[in-house]
Amino acid sequence: MLYREAGQFKTSYAADQAVFPLREDRIGLAATLFAAFVLVPVFADDFFLSSIMIPFLIFACAAIGLNILTGYAGQLSLGTGAFMGVGAYAAYKLTSIFPETNIVLLVLVSGFFSAAIGIVFGLPSLRIKGLYLAVTTLAAQFFLEWCFIRIPWLYNYNSSGAIEVPQREAFGIIASGPAASALTRYFIVLAITLAVTVLMKNVIRGHIGRSWMMIRDMDIAAELIGIRPLYAKLSAFAVSSYICGLAGAMMVFFWLGAAEPSAFSISLSFQILFMAILGGLGSLMGSYFGAAFIWILPVVIRFAFPALGIDIGAETVQHLTFMIIGALIIFFLIAEPHGLARLWAIGKEKLRVWPFPYG
Amino acid sequence: MRVDAEGGGPGAAPKKGEERITGEVLLSIDDISLSFGGVKAISHVSFDIRKGEIRAIIGPNGAGKTSMLNVINGFYHPQEGTITFKGETRAKMRPYVAASQGIARTFQNVALFKGMSTLDNIMSGRSLKMHRNFFWQMLWFGPAQREEIAHRRRVEEIIDFLEIEHIRKTPVGKLPYGLQKRVELGRALAMEPDLLLLDEPMAGMNLEEKEDMSRFIIDVSDQFGTTIALIEHDMGVVMDLSDRVVVLDYGSKIADGTPDEVRGNQKVIDAYLGVAH
Repeated sequence: MLYREAGQFKTSYAADQAVFPLREDRIGLAATLFAAFVLVPVFADDFFLSSIMIPFLIFACAAIGLNILTGYAGQLSLGTGAFMGVGAYAAYKLTSIFPETNIVLLVLVSGFFSAAIGIVFGLPSLRIKGLYLAVTTLAAQFFLEWCFIRIPWLYNYNSSGAIEVPQREAFGIIASGPAASALTRYFIVLAITLAVTVLMKNVIRGHIGRSWMMIRDMDIAAELIGIRPLYAKLSAFAVSSYICGLAGAMMVFFWLGAAEPSAFSISLSFQILFMAILGGLGSLMGSYFGAAFIWILPVVIRFAFPALGIDIGAETVQHLTFMIIGALIIFFLIAEPHGLARLWAIGKEKLRVWPFPYG
Repeated sequence: MRVDAEGGGPGAAPKKGEERITGEVLLSIDDISLSFGGVKAISHVSFDIRKGEIRAIIGPNGAGKTSMLNVINGFYHPQEGTITFKGETRAKMRPYVAASQGIARTFQNVALFKGMSTLDNIMSGRSLKMHRNFFWQMLWFGPAQREEIAHRRRVEEIIDFLEIEHIRKTPVGKLPYGLQKRVELGRALAMEPDLLLLDEPMAGMNLEEKEDMSRFIIDVSDQFGTTIALIEHDMGVVMDLSDRVVVLDYGSKIADGTPDEVRGNQKVIDAYLGVAH
């Protein structure tokens, strides 16, 4: 009843190509944006912003980056954590060299370093695919992690071996370091992640995005249509690594405040990969779903027990959280192997024809 | 069916054929040999394809027909011989170069992009003609959208032509086989090729689908003037559609000529029916 396309006619190709062709979807989008820009800042406390919203958006951004490479271009990568690390260390070095420059600008620039390294480690994809490619990206993961530990120049010869974010300004407001307010950091992360989402959606629905998907679905046919595998694959690696690097820089500068090399270990790569797979490969919205599922749900569960008045030890809650999340992952992957985004799409499709089973 | 077509065909077909065959040579294959290790797939085959004609390549299983198409569009590199396309001789080329020179192709086993809709699959055929760079694409509104809509318009004409309007937004993986074949033809047409290679466009189809596909092939030839090279096992279809036929057997050319000439050729009959040694 509420969700109908009846009476909504498209009379031009531009209207037909719209990302949200249905009025109901546009209303939903507007409501979500209103919540993100108004409701959350007004009602959320620092804990909610710093521990839930900011990491959620950063992980969503990283999952989008991985989704470009794995979901759209079909190249499996286990080096996400390392590419995020490259972004973080690049931003740290840049702000050490140019302390007066706007930190948001430096974070955006740091992605280019990650993109360059991504292209180099993407070169094997021209020869190998699938799991074998994943193994070569694993090499990137270990090599780069080694660099973060063994090259002291990267962390300014800091005795702790970690990078500590200095206080930096953006547009005259303190944006990073201990003195930066959670609200400022939230708005920066929100703006960057949303911008990445919109720009990537535009790329994906155009001929460049199609060339990625052509390589993913059938690389031989793509080549016979005139796609150069070299350009298509390396551009996917570059764009993906840029976004991952951006997410890594945001992670250190606007969320953690400090990071050791182990923050960018293989477990981060897997975490992002799970978000992308669980949310839905080949879906930008799925990246948000996946990040929410992996990041927000455990926090909710952890607080649910005390809130319900169930008094069990913190340790037990931790274990229960793992068990519940693990069970849910298995449940969702059996229910819909294509991820939460597909479940969402199926749900909307059913709602569209409700109360009838077919449209 | 076949007899009927033979009876009715010659009245119109040869005349149309003659007119076409006077066209200049578009592609000439000269003394091509291709082998994989010790296996000789093609040995010393020469023939040409003239502008505007429908040229059939036939032969029993394993005769080297598909290998021939793979050589023409640069997927295989022959050890010997040359290929001249539009007056340009080439030895080795990558498939995307062949595509950019105007050679399009469909596959024996449908090679569509399974995760994409019919529309996106056909739009993908326009890839070589779309040039807006990454930054325009990110902005979308403006040049990138104008380009997309201009190409969409051409793609819609093809969708119209192939009568697949109703499956425009359907993911191709969900389509029945016959329609998938049609979408694949649409994708090749979207490239606006000079030479269209069709590898068994009617394999696995029922009679009605075959008739539809035959009609589309004739219409493509008539309306767009596209030169077509066709591999097909259904002799009725081959004899009706094609202007000239080349017959391969065990990698060698055994006959070349109009359908009537080929049909009467003793070597061809032997190759198909077998011969007592």
